[in-house]
Amino acid sequence: MSLKLEEIKSLIKEAIPDAEITIQDTAGDENHYSATIKSKAFSGKSKIEQHKLVYKALKGKMGNELHALALNTMEI
Amino acid sequence: MNENIKERINDIVKKNEVCLFMKGTPEVPQCGFSLAVSNMLKHLEVNFTGINVLEDQEIREGIKAYSDWPTIPQLYIKNEFIGGCDIVKEMFEKGELQTKLEEKQITYKK
Repeated sequence: MSLKLEEIKSLIKEAIPDAEITIQDTAGDENHYSATIKSKAFSGKSKIEQHKLVYKALKGKMGNELHALALNTMEI
Repeated sequence: MNENIKERINDIVKKNEVCLFMKGTPEVPQCGFSLAVSNMLKHLEVNFTGINVLEDQEIREGIKAYSDWPTIPQLYIKNEFIGGCDIVKEMFEKGELQTKLEEKQITYKK
């Protein structure tokens, strides 16, 4: 179970085109990441809804191929 | 999702004012994210119930569909889904978790 950093980025970009993504592989194992994502798409949404948008972009990989992605979402 | 599981989860979140679906137990968490949320609740001296999803495959998969949330841990306060580790942590740091507990009339250490 792992997912490449670039793949995560491109999946998010595909669903949220204006996303500014800063992402780190925190354990160096392609399985634990931490990301800060800024987008206009988050405005007016609760944190739960913002994170759901990102999870949706990952098309079911979150919790499966991808074990951990710490998220910090911000509206711009 | 299966109605039986949905019913079981409904029951859990209704009967326990603050419940944390987690990997491991509050005494022995089995994952860093579950540990983190458990520690925040302990820090606030909130009386909560830990539901160990590792002991129950049905609940482990069921809670993800129930909350429409793909990861564990998941925190519920009085039947309301609050969030996973990142959200709870952010709320805790901003004092919003404390406000939420106040609103829901849950006793915690001020």
